[in-house]
Amino acid sequence: RETRAPCPRRPAVKAVWTRICSYGGLFYCCWCLKRKTSKRGGGGAGAPEATVEPGSFLPSGSPAAGSQDDNWGETTTAVTGTSEHSLSQEDIVRITKDLEDSVGLDCRRYVTRTIAVILGLLVFLTPLAFLVLPHILWPEKLQSCGTACEGLYISVAFKLLILLLAVWALFFRPARAGLPRVFVFRVLLAVLVFLFVVSYWLFYSVRILDSQDDNYQGIVQYAVSLVDALLFIHYLAVVLLELRQLQPCFSVCVTRSSDGETRHYNLGQLSIQRAALAIIEHYYCDFPIHNPALLSASKSRAAKHLAGLKVYNVDGPGNNAAAGMAQSQSRAMIAAAARRRDTSHNELYYEEAEHERRVRKRRARLVVAVEEAFTHIKRMQEEEPKKAPGDVMDPREAAQAIFPSMARALQKYLRTTKQQHCHSMESIQQHLAFCITNNMTPKAFLESYLTPGPTLQYGKDHWLGRRWTLISEASVTNGLKDGSVFVLKCVDFSLVVTAKKIPYIQMSEEYIDPKSHKFVLRLQSETSV
Amino acid sequence: LPAQDQPAGKPVTAVVQKIEIQKLRQGDNLILGFSIGGGIDQDPGQNPFSEDKSDKGIYVTRITPGGPAEVADLRVGDKIMQVNGWDMTVVTHDQARKKLTKKKEEVVRLLITRKSLEEAVKHSKGCHPRQ
Repeated sequence: RETRAPCPRRPAVKAVWTRICSYGGLFYCCWCLKRKTSKRGGGGAGAPEATVEPGSFLPSGSPAAGSQDDNWGETTTAVTGTSEHSLSQEDIVRITKDLEDSVGLDCRRYVTRTIAVILGLLVFLTPLAFLVLPHILWPEKLQSCGTACEGLYISVAFKLLILLLAVWALFFRPARAGLPRVFVFRVLLAVLVFLFVVSYWLFYSVRILDSQDDNYQGIVQYAVSLVDALLFIHYLAVVLLELRQLQPCFSVCVTRSSDGETRHYNLGQLSIQRAALAIIEHYYCDFPIHNPALLSASKSRAAKHLAGLKVYNVDGPGNNAAAGMAQSQSRAMIAAAARRRDTSHNELYYEEAEHERRVRKRRARLVVAVEEAFTHIKRMQEEEPKKAPGDVMDPREAAQAIFPSMARALQKYLRTTKQQHCHSMESIQQHLAFCITNNMTPKAFLESYLTPGPTLQYGKDHWLGRRWTLISEASVTNGLKDGSVFVLKCVDFSLVVTAKKIPYIQMSEEYIDPKSHKFVLRLQSETSV
Repeated sequence: LPAQDQPAGKPVTAVVQKIEIQKLRQGDNLILGFSIGGGIDQDPGQNPFSEDKSDKGIYVTRITPGGPAEVADLRVGDKIMQVNGWDMTVVTHDQARKKLTKKKEEVVRLLITRKSLEEAVKHSKGCHPRQ
């Protein structure tokens, strides 16, 4: 019987164990926190179950997190409480400073970063640790590594490099938006990676560290298999996160509540929050800018309808409850309105015709003024004899020189079409300088003023700082289904989204022999006279 | 081929018979009571009445029983050579129809030819030598 002498390396193994457990405990705590806060209504599991050994629990927001600047980027999307942004990173940081719950926001982002960093370190350092630990712990027992082994070194190095590049490409992108709930697939992948690496570590500690295996080639092959499996997990990540939603599956109909603008888009299989994000990004490109000035006419008509009637209660007070009175009042109003001969449709018709005429007149004046203004400048050719420095202008000065001749016509046109708040003098001059620089015709310059363009076309203050709220009856991490309806609410209006499943298409083929195209004159037609 | 690109008709010699049809007024229309087929834009091979299957002339394909054409002794299979002086040997189907259905004319005078006429002439020539 062999008694095992106390091994001086036992404490080192114990250190490895405690490290594993502390990482595991930290991750588990954070995961539980996320689960708790993602449950509807916030109830659910109580305090996270701590499976850590006392005394080794690292506080969240560990010092390791803030100083790291790489690895795994955002494996889980940042959460912002109840609002949803579609801005770049700097703008999120700037605006979240104004949010009341900014404290909660930062905390969650730090937790996310911590997890990402820890996972990243775990993933990249594990194979290296597998290779290096035997040399540190029992160098004299180790078999020397032959050429096959060295070949495996090269393969490990290159696979790690490829994994690094692939992870950078997939996860190291600036976050486009803050979504209300966590991204389920990313969490699943993170858990999968973590469990996978932990199981490899378990096997390694038990079978290799404890028994001090001296077959170094086997250890190197073990490390290579780990890196291979990580590459396959990355492939899984690409398929789940990127490829799965590319095939169009649903046709969504997006309607703006203020003026009824409708667009249709094709989306793949996405969760409701990701679909909402895609729709918002399309919104900024496709929908003409929301113009509240155009809605005032219908509002005033509605007000006139209501104000036209006065209701007197002849039954005296002491009648039923107020609700009953209100109901009978409104019914009386509806009946009276139906009987009254309303000529407001007439007014609408003539008003619209008149407005149309006015707009066309102003537009004609504007076009002529702009064309005339553009004839006043021309591009200086290089071969021309050098003019005096006072004559030569850069685009900005040229724009400022010709702007006054068209300013009045343009301003009148914008006032008539109620667009004057969308364009400032400065922006118009900038646009004019831009058109002059790029040799655009007057018609090209006018195009952005004659028709309302998408929201992106206007200055940043029009679309920056938009807060969107996702209102949905189903949980927002559920997938889109046929007939799902949700609303994206903004400050001034909301977008109502309906999803319909694209039906299964059955296609059959019919073969036509090219030689079968033959023609004859028609049969004798017979006409009776 | 369109009418203007048709090859020119060869000179035709035929024994013809004059037939005069009075149009019958039916409501707003004046009808003659027969149907025509053929024309230079039609397929001559389909014509059951023509001897020469490349003949693109206008043929009578149907006679309404009791109509003005039957009364005037027009028969199925007759080839119409002229209508009121207008040539019918090199016309499109639609042109032929138009010439027959002019609203202002109440009478159409047709020159028609049929095989039995040729036979009759040959027979008379053969039986009765010229005197």
